[in-house]
Amino acid sequence: MAINETALGEAARDLVKPRIHVSGPRPDLEFALLDASDIGDVQRRLSFPERLANNDAIRRAGILLFLVITWEIYARWLDNSLLFPTFTLTLKTFVGDLLDGTLVDRTRTSLYPLVLGYAGGILLAGLLTSIAISSRIGADILNTLTAMFNPLPAIAVLPLALIWFGLGTPSLVFVIIHSVLWAVALSTLTGFRSVPETLRLSGRNYGLRVAGYVAFVMIPAAFPAILSGLKIGWAFAWRTLIAAELVFGVSSRSGGLGWYVFEARSELDTPRVFAGLLTVIVIGLFVESVIFKSIETRTVQKWGMQR
Amino acid sequence: MESSSSGLVQVRNVTLQYKTTDHLVTATYKVSCTVQHGDRYVILGPSGCGKSTLLKAIGGFIRPVGGSIVVNGHEIREPGPDRMMVFQEFEQLMPWKTVLQNVMFPMQVAKKYTRSEVRDRALSAIDKVSLSKFAKVYPHMLSGGMKMRVAIARAMALEPDVLLMDEPFAALDALTRRKMQEELLSLWDQLRFTMLFVTHSIEEAIVVGSRILILSPHPGRVRAELEAGALSYAEVDSPAFGVLSKRIHTLLFEDEPKHAPEPASAAAGSH
Ligand SMILES: Nc1ncnc2c1ncn2[C@@H]1O[C@H](COP(=O)(O)OP(=O)(O)O)[C@@H](O)[C@H]1O
Ligand SMILES: [Mg+2]
Repeated sequence: MAINETALGEAARDLVKPRIHVSGPRPDLEFALLDASDIGDVQRRLSFPERLANNDAIRRAGILLFLVITWEIYARWLDNSLLFPTFTLTLKTFVGDLLDGTLVDRTRTSLYPLVLGYAGGILLAGLLTSIAISSRIGADILNTLTAMFNPLPAIAVLPLALIWFGLGTPSLVFVIIHSVLWAVALSTLTGFRSVPETLRLSGRNYGLRVAGYVAFVMIPAAFPAILSGLKIGWAFAWRTLIAAELVFGVSSRSGGLGWYVFEARSELDTPRVFAGLLTVIVIGLFVESVIFKSIETRTVQKWGMQR
Repeated sequence: MESSSSGLVQVRNVTLQYKTTDHLVTATYKVSCTVQHGDRYVILGPSGCGKSTLLKAIGGFIRPVGGSIVVNGHEIREPGPDRMMVFQEFEQLMPWKTVLQNVMFPMQVAKKYTRSEVRDRALSAIDKVSLSKFAKVYPHMLSGGMKMRVAIARAMALEPDVLLMDEPFAALDALTRRKMQEELLSLWDQLRFTMLFVTHSIEEAIVVGSRILILSPHPGRVRAELEAGALSYAEVDSPAFGVLSKRIHTLLFEDEPKHAPEPASAAAGSH
């Protein structure tokens, strides 16, 4: 290191020294401006291939296609549909169950407690964070509760839920709320805390009070953090639900997607297990890359708050 | 200092303090001043002397520990759209609103104008700061100087009793700053609003101000109040500008003789 430094120092001296001595005052130069019209419009629309390469959806579809092809090749080479069915077989089972209504039915059964729990979790998180930003004791309460319950896996709460609410939707909703609430509350609070002081002051300058202030200044200003909280919450809810269904299976009439997978496994129907998992993945991809993505491009990206 | 009860903004013996978890910081001590209608009133002082704090107190964001602030006959208790504030930072614009929406929003909240009036006033304010082409653009696509112009347009569209500006041009490059100062002055020439302008630059104070309040270093106390109405950038090289500038320099730094490059007699000679 030391050797390098001296070597560098000497090199720099060699470069600098002679220049100081050699170059005298140089003449002033002024130029007529070049004609810039050669490059066409200063602003132009990108060509079609350029835009194609910039399109997220297309790039991601390419990745998916690559994964599917890898899967197919590997499964064919393995040639054991009990362990690892091919993509085509999985797709055939998937389409078959989709058309005869089984999968649609199962998905609907799963989505009901999911949406209920997700909405409930968000609502409670909103309530808790509102209290937390309006008073110091509120913030202390939220921080303590989050520190206590956030690390607690939803599945660990499930036995308790079963005791309290019995086998069925209320138990599912309870554990989903538990998994959504703390994640969303935590990121919303972080978002509120990092709203720039100047923005808060100008909001108050307009004469905005409590509710208007939260609605028109704090929530939009914290929206990037809130949105990422909603995404994390969604993933947690989805995971919790499938896991819970796998653990206690059917609720009264018909089971959800987790139960579908569980059932197929006990019948050693591996293609159907894959079809069930595929459904979970497809719904997850749809929510992430269509719903959340379009919210993102319409809000935080358009506003330049996130790139 | 005249103690007449006239004057748009009357600051009387205002002491301002910050309480942190383990300190009590006195920002200004018994500051008094009076701002008349149409004043370009500059608050000048070294960094950290409590200029922003004083402006925030007039804005209603901080309660004085002692003394009183009266604007337009009312004692200040809370922030309000009659005292619009322009901050030093660029992030005062709401990134989720376009330029036009940003200018319209405070007028919508204040409910002072009808819906069509709000739009017309916003468009004309944006036109006055020559940003009509950018009305539909979001703030992140604007340069720093343009954001500042939007903030000024937003504040003026509401016709506040007084415009509070906290080093609005300090974060700009020198060329843009000078252009903005000239634009602000020509706006003032058209509209004759009252403004309180905080700066730590002597040159800016003389160019922008019609009257200059000089605060001492921390804690800020009133050192002097000077007349500076006639001097603009055209006179930067004139003797009068130099004399005033030296005088202010002396007033600001005479307690620290090491930093005063000119002997005090130069300023004293101008009396
Ligand atoms: N939020 C704050 N909490 C505690 N002290 C502060 C706060 N803001 C400013 N101060 C202190 O008050 C004094 C005046 O600050 P300020 O009004 O920002 O000065 P200026 O705008 O003249 O540079 C400084 O000593 C500063 O450290
Ligand atoms: Mg300041």
